[in-house]
Amino acid sequence: MLEIKNISFKYERSDWLFKHLNFTIEQGEIVGMYGKSGSGKTTLAKIITNYVSPIEGDVIIDGEKGEFQGIYPVQLIWQHPEKVVNPKWKLIEVIEEVEGLDKEIINILGIKKEWFNRRPSELSGGELQRFCIARAFSPNTRYIVADEITSMFDAITQAQIWHAMMKLVKQRNIGLLAISHHIHLLEKISDRIIDFNNICNVR
Amino acid sequence: MSILHELTYTTNAVPEERHANYLLEVKNFSLTIERVEKGYTPERLYVIRDFHLKIHHGEIVAIVGASGSGKSLLADAILGIHPKNSMIEGTVNFEKSPLTEKRKKQLRGKDIMLLPQMTNALDPLMKVGKQVQTFIKQKNKQKVLKSIFQKVGLSPTIIKEIPSTLSGGMIRRIFIAMALASEAKLIIADEPTNGLDLEALDELLLQLKILANDHRAIVMITHDIEAALKIADKIAVFYAGETVEIVPRKNFTKKGEKLRHPYTKALWNALPQNGFVPMDSSQPSPSIVIKGCVFSDQCPKATKICRIKKPKLQEISDNEMVRCLYA
Amino acid sequence: MKSTFQMDSQNTIHRKRLLLKIIGLLFFFFIFVLSGFLIGEEQIEANLSEKNLSPSLVHLFGTDWLGRDMFMRTLKGLNLSFQVGLLASSISAVLALTLSLLASKSRLLDYIVTILIDLFLSIPHLVALILIAFVLGGGIKGIVVGIALTHWPTLTRVLRAEIMQIKSAEYVQLSKKLGKSRMWIVKHHFIPHLIPQLFVGFVLLFPHAILHESAITFLGFGLSPEQPAIGIILSESMKYLSTGMWWLVLFPGISLIAMVAIFDALGNNLRKFINRE
Repeated sequence: MLEIKNISFKYERSDWLFKHLNFTIEQGEIVGMYGKSGSGKTTLAKIITNYVSPIEGDVIIDGEKGEFQGIYPVQLIWQHPEKVVNPKWKLIEVIEEVEGLDKEIINILGIKKEWFNRRPSELSGGELQRFCIARAFSPNTRYIVADEITSMFDAITQAQIWHAMMKLVKQRNIGLLAISHHIHLLEKISDRIIDFNNICNVR
Repeated sequence: MSILHELTYTTNAVPEERHANYLLEVKNFSLTIERVEKGYTPERLYVIRDFHLKIHHGEIVAIVGASGSGKSLLADAILGIHPKNSMIEGTVNFEKSPLTEKRKKQLRGKDIMLLPQMTNALDPLMKVGKQVQTFIKQKNKQKVLKSIFQKVGLSPTIIKEIPSTLSGGMIRRIFIAMALASEAKLIIADEPTNGLDLEALDELLLQLKILANDHRAIVMITHDIEAALKIADKIAVFYAGETVEIVPRKNFTKKGEKLRHPYTKALWNALPQNGFVPMDSSQPSPSIVIKGCVFSDQCPKATKICRIKKPKLQEISDNEMVRCLYA
Repeated sequence: MKSTFQMDSQNTIHRKRLLLKIIGLLFFFFIFVLSGFLIGEEQIEANLSEKNLSPSLVHLFGTDWLGRDMFMRTLKGLNLSFQVGLLASSISAVLALTLSLLASKSRLLDYIVTILIDLFLSIPHLVALILIAFVLGGGIKGIVVGIALTHWPTLTRVLRAEIMQIKSAEYVQLSKKLGKSRMWIVKHHFIPHLIPQLFVGFVLLFPHAILHESAITFLGFGLSPEQPAIGIILSESMKYLSTGMWWLVLFPGISLIAMVAIFDALGNNLRKFINRE
């Protein structure tokens, strides 16, 4: 179980983004998080995945907190894939960045073999995002936070990516927090939905 | 909310006599980029292959296609700010006469305007009223300015504010006010809905409708078909650099029976609220020359002929066109 | 609005021109430098029957007071300058890379490296060079170490800025969350990003190294007189200038400047080509 316990955050010289935030995610469960744009959902995603430290509170992963050796068990999938792939790499290197990545993940995501030898600029955003998703499903991953991962893409790409995501999450018993401002999408993919604006305890 | 509702669901009717009087007419338009990868052997990217679009005064047209499919370059090409290493071909008429590169330069920012996407596109130190006022050509500037602010739903007290004190929504209204103040006949909005939640989206829709009711034509470029369907009178569906279908908004119903092109149908049925049907979404690479129909590789209806023969864009009515052998 | 296809876009033409320039410069460079390797000792031997000849078709740059062919001596000298430059620039580049990577490790190390850069930049090159070369007893060793130790700061500064920028890139942060070690990140993210900059910096170091080597040698702190270096040629020839043997100084001097100019142009064009405006 991934526990978000009493988390509060604010940037220097600005108001609290959220205070005393509490919720949990079970393994194998898809939790949708709905919220207005600009309300701090991305910052929360970065706190849960250990990119940013909270001002108060803890993220407890299966009863443990603190430092983890090697691959962090909670992985983040970012909104803009082009930012999280080294533009000089070939895409095969992105796949190889995670040791022991299950080849089946690549198939389920619809990644084509001929994309491996290309560079990021030669793929569309939707194609590139699949590599970033594949990378998040490392053998060590227990939870994933997906932050608006399809909001930049057309409806067909969105449907294709999410069908693959749902399959992978259930198959690998991974807990998923799907953040989006797209309520119809969340209703379709989530086991339950949390309204961020109701739990952030500010204003 | 009732005003919003009324504005949203009344399509701006086009009087009969204006039918052939397009503000902007784009025919057989193509844009090729020459890219240098390694050394100097250039590679041709056929970003826009065969694009068509017609738009009247007061009409909102959305160009919908996958992200990274080159839609933004279309806007750049109409404004004459496409990259140096690109070549364009085809017909673009603005008010019935050809839009040459020279004319683009003259009209840019005057008759044709780009609606900024970023909220940091304003001068941070200048009062917003002043920034809007620079577009006003009439004599009674103060009065006109106040009436414009009223139109877009901004209090006149905001005239004296600087941009940093305003919210994102208010700044978007300032952009609309600028467009209203200007003499622009054609307004191009590139991905205006990115990052907007439902509330902000509804507001933007209302604002764009205000612009359209003021007789401006609006071209909205987006990957988000839902947003497009909320705002546009008709949708030009863009796939692999071609217009595959132009379809009025009202034809998007139920399971998409009124849609003619298989790609448009797939796009509609892939929406979470309409079945969420997935499909292999990868589009043909712009570096290859396609002989037949651009959609034939993914199309459920495709036959042998589709792969050899390129379908023509057939005109069904003034507002409808489709490029499919089996439509 | 019919704008017909051209065969090449402006961009391609621009790149083709750049590449042509680079190839042309490389060609000159090879003639200059590699021909020195083909010249044996016997071609610059003293031949007293042909001493003090002014430039002619047989002896393009004339001959000196011992009857040695000045053209051959110049080529040989440039060749030696090139070798010294190559060695010194390589050491400088390696130093710059090491120090810039070290600076990225911690705030303290970054502070130390920045201070070192400022320190070395504040001392005039020539003074530091003379001191180092003198302490090491002159000769090739003194010159090479001297040049290497005085020329790393500018390149280090460039590389340090590049690393600072890439360090904050999202894809580097993500690699850390995938449990990648610092070494792994340096090898897979930093180094590939730095190599083009490093290469250009290396080529641009060359003209400096060569000029400084000649200057030091000319002043007598560098290579020893029996070596056929440009600096030696120039300083010896100065004595004969007053006797009207102008060719002894003019041609070797022009050759030196030409080689430096070629390197400089080569470096600048390479930078434009790699950085692709």
